[in-house]
Amino acid sequence: MLNLDPEEVAGLPRYPVGRRCPYEIPEIYTRLRAEEPVSKVVMSDGQPVWFLSRYEDVRAVLSDPRFSADRLADGFPNLALGQREGLSKQPKFMISMDGAEHSAARRRVISDFSVRRVAELTPMVQKLVDDCIDRILDLPQPVDLVAELALPVPTLLLAELVGADHADHAYFIDLVHRMLWRKTSGEERVQISIGLRKYFDDLIAEKEANPGDDIISRQIAFQREENGEVDREGLNSLAQLLLIAGYESSASMIALGVHTFLTRPEWLETIRKDPAKTPVAVEELLRFYSILDVAAGRVALADVEIGGVTIRTGDGVLASVFAANRDPAAFPDPDRLNLERGARHHVAFGYGPHQCLGQNLSRLELQIVFDTLFERIPTLRPAVDEADLPFKYDALAFGLYELPVVW
Amino acid sequence: MRISSDQDVCTGAGQCVLTEPGVFAQDARGVVELRTDRAEGELMPKVRQAVFICPSGALSVEED
Ligand code: HEM
Ligand code: SF4
Repeated sequence: MLNLDPEEVAGLPRYPVGRRCPYEIPEIYTRLRAEEPVSKVVMSDGQPVWFLSRYEDVRAVLSDPRFSADRLADGFPNLALGQREGLSKQPKFMISMDGAEHSAARRRVISDFSVRRVAELTPMVQKLVDDCIDRILDLPQPVDLVAELALPVPTLLLAELVGADHADHAYFIDLVHRMLWRKTSGEERVQISIGLRKYFDDLIAEKEANPGDDIISRQIAFQREENGEVDREGLNSLAQLLLIAGYESSASMIALGVHTFLTRPEWLETIRKDPAKTPVAVEELLRFYSILDVAAGRVALADVEIGGVTIRTGDGVLASVFAANRDPAAFPDPDRLNLERGARHHVAFGYGPHQCLGQNLSRLELQIVFDTLFERIPTLRPAVDEADLPFKYDALAFGLYELPVVW
Repeated sequence: MRISSDQDVCTGAGQCVLTEPGVFAQDARGVVELRTDRAEGELMPKVRQAVFICPSGALSVEED
């Protein structure tokens, strides 16, 4: 833990820094990167931590084994109140593991997320997106694309991945949506998380009896082969991690991406004419919005020098992927959204051994959504002015609460 | 240039495959597999890019 006297802490910038504009990076990020790229900030629980804002330093920390991803360790930047208490009741997620323990856990699942494997999911994702659009076309206008597209697509996709029974889809989707809804009370959240755990427990039991073509069934087979028994708790936390890590983030990128195209007809025209440009645009949307700035916290396991500053054992670190992705040293004219930029070295998915497991799935999902939506509803347009859109300025993952459209 | 990969280090993000599928692939386990260990001409910048982007440090090149 970074030990500072209370007076110094009182003078530090606060983190998270709320965005005030969908496009501009808060001024403090740019100032710190220029003046003090390894600086101190204070978290909402009062803990001072290091804040890294240069691309080079962010990559250095995220790929250095002397920084731990253990979200329960003392000194780890605590992002949400109750985060530590909530996590301590669960078996450890892969995202919180280090070194050999992490690579063993990740090794077991990467075959399900390889480029080839994900490409094989194309018809399934296409169908799912088409089904959502079919429903949208039957609705009275205006339609909220967050509720009808951005949220259902990742939820249905996750349900497919883990082999959730179609009969239970509606129940599952309802749980997941209430989990994200901003008006859901703390008490309800506890009930939802119990409900989800139970849902996955039942699913795992079902897959033990009747294996299918899904991640859970493959993990069960793998575990039986390896040690003769099934680690149900571990599987449950894998399913939950895939949900937590993949759901809100994908929904945010879908909504922000659709909004971006709708408000920039020239880009929409470009991808309509040449869908080969969509993947390039997706990378730029990921870089530009960097929705999960808060994802990459770490805690130092040793004294390490970063950018000329010594970070001490036990100090908490925030490697800002947002600041890194707007670093002029890595991206010329970084604050300009240029959907033809073609830069794939951004760190929107993190960097190092924890770099997003679901990244190729996200890419596929986003490409299919953008290509299909604008092709099937060519007259789609925003139903409200941008100034009236509810952007998620107050949430940990940036995005949109609603996106009303007409056609 | 000569290319090498460390299968024990690779975390299977597939960034190399997206960068240059002519050189990099992922095996059935999702781990990097080289289609060739040499690259010339136009492929060289792509391979250097893949080495730079690879999040795990599994890839390296030796220039001739
Ligand atoms: C556009 C959407 C997404 C973004 C921006 C995103 C971003 C990230 C980031 C920044 C990390 C690194 C966290 C760290 O370094 O501590 C991460 C890790 C992870 N993501 Fe994603 N993610 C997205 C979608 C998904 C999806 C769809 C899935 C799964 C279905 C997923 C599963 C994971 C998992 C399992 C990890 C932990 C990997 C590990 O610890 O080895 N993500 N993601
Ligand atoms: S980019 Fe690196 S970590 Fe990812 S598959 Fe290729 S070698 Fe492995």
